[in-house]
Amino acid sequence: MDTGTLRGVITFILLLAFLGIVVWAYSRRRREAFDEAANLPFADDEYDAHQDEPEERP
Amino acid sequence: MSNLPAYNYTVVRQFALMTVVWGIVGMSVGLWLAAQLVWPELNLGLPWTSFGRLRPLHTNLVIFAFGGSALFATSYYVVQRTCQTRLYSDRLAAFTFWGWQAVIVAALVSLPLGHTTTKEYAELEWPISILLAVVWISYAIVFLMTLKRRATSHIYVANWFYAAFILTVAVLHIVNNAALPVTPMYSISLYAGAVDAMVQWWYGHNAVGFFLTAGFLGMMYYFVPKQAERPIYSYRLSIVHFWALIMIYMWAGPHHLHYTALPSWAQSLGMVMSIILLLPSWGGMINGIMTLSGAWHKLRTDPILRFLVTALTFYGMATFEGPMMAIKTVNAFSHYTDWTIGHVHSGALGWVAMITIGSLYHMIPRLYGRTRMHSTALVSLHFWLATVGTVLYITAMWVNGVVQGLMWRAINADGTLTYRFVDAVEASHPGYVVRLLGGALFLAGMLVMAYNVYRTLERQKTPERAIEPAGGRHEA
Ligand code: HEM
Ligand code: HEM
Repeated sequence: MDTGTLRGVITFILLLAFLGIVVWAYSRRRREAFDEAANLPFADDEYDAHQDEPEERP
Repeated sequence: MSNLPAYNYTVVRQFALMTVVWGIVGMSVGLWLAAQLVWPELNLGLPWTSFGRLRPLHTNLVIFAFGGSALFATSYYVVQRTCQTRLYSDRLAAFTFWGWQAVIVAALVSLPLGHTTTKEYAELEWPISILLAVVWISYAIVFLMTLKRRATSHIYVANWFYAAFILTVAVLHIVNNAALPVTPMYSISLYAGAVDAMVQWWYGHNAVGFFLTAGFLGMMYYFVPKQAERPIYSYRLSIVHFWALIMIYMWAGPHHLHYTALPSWAQSLGMVMSIILLLPSWGGMINGIMTLSGAWHKLRTDPILRFLVTALTFYGMATFEGPMMAIKTVNAFSHYTDWTIGHVHSGALGWVAMITIGSLYHMIPRLYGRTRMHSTALVSLHFWLATVGTVLYITAMWVNGVVQGLMWRAINADGTLTYRFVDAVEASHPGYVVRLLGGALFLAGMLVMAYNVYRTLERQKTPERAIEPAGGRHEA
């Protein structure tokens, strides 16, 4: 295989990988997991709720 | 609250405060450089304070000391909070802090003395470079081990960006700095000629892509949702954004080497990949900005959110401008002109510094048991100083860039150059004055920030109840 063909094949494989990621990311099965993940920044909101009180934090 | 983990905030606080300190020092050196271009006598006639030695000092201080400390601070904060676990190994984390400060101090001494590898953004000589590698590997261990012991089932997307940034920078730094030591402060690169140039700009470009972009996108994916109090617009888009950015960035480096000895296919590849890069970049920007949909009114009252959204806007501008400049015919015009400097600072001031400042204003009070800064009015003042400063800086450089580009290529009917080089330098003078003014405003904003942070910390020591929470009063 010459270099040109090899480059073409690599590009094609990367393209397929990318499309695979898109399909996976947008598949309905992932919905719930992603919703959970998207809310992780708020999972420890409780932590800040106790602030503005003097000391006694962990 | 008892079932929540005790986070390691010590190291986060240290890095956060040093971010402000190094920001002021690094930008002061930038301002000095800007002033030297207006009044060259300001090089003081000394070798240590000449433009050529202070310039790498500026870039090292703003990128690695200011930007680096901001990335350490926020990544340690975000990874603990989104994984709900304590940072792995307090000792190793403390080592990353002191080691990083040692690298910066070594840069502060060695660069003015004239020790340099001459590789842009990788100027530090081999002993410092080795220390940097050790600190960085420790950073990778602390971060990845913390991810490993997370109490949550998912790894939040911000951590993906941080992890990619940490791992890529480790590889870039080690490969590009491979050198043969000759004396304690002198070494010779293992690469030569066009290969050396290609390795250097593979490093240089990905330093922009992973240090100044991916790392700060990690910041964006946590602090924008947090400050807007709503989850990211589309988590799915964030995943596609991540993989697309990672896959494409690596190949765009040759746009720094247009019309050089680099094989022309590599230049064309770099150009095409740079243009494609617009898509994931804008995907990320849109994802961040749309997070505010339905909450736009918050922008009116919350200057922290304004910092974050303005940062995204400048990110969009810089990533639109970059692909344009990567087109070979455009680059033939823009390369070597102040247009590049304008592009750099619309990324550096508009994106990197603004997203950092916004994130720090969110994080610093929370690190000290408070929810807001001492004064919201001062945050707002800082926002305007930073925005006006950035706009003045980059418009001055655009104008200068176009003027220089046109003057350099103007040719008389008989084929001789219309202008002498010094004519273009003279024509640039007004732009340099405006840039100096813009830079001064930006730096003034940082000083306002330092004062506000100082007051926030001071207040933390005095009994809380006795004083009204001042910040809240001045909101609207
Ligand atoms: C008050 C703020 C700042 C001022 C006044 C300033 C000024 C300058 C000046 C005068 C130069 C040299 C330009 C030339 O050679 O013609 C420069 C270069 C540079 N600055 Fe800044 N700067 C500031 C902030 C920053 C920040 C925050 C960053 C990064 C986060 C940054 C990154 C850079 C880089 C990467 C270069 C080298 C550009 C290149 O080689 O193309 N600067 N700066
Ligand atoms: C899609 C995204 C981007 C593309 C395609 C891009 C492209 C370019 C191009 C073509 C140049 C000029 C190279 C030359 O003529 O020497 C350049 C320089 C530069 N860009 Fe970007 N850019 C992008 C985003 C950014 C961002 C977000 C930053 C953040 C700070 C940034 C920082 C820089 C720096 C520091 C340089 C100067 C490098 C040097 O020292 O010569 N870029 N970029």
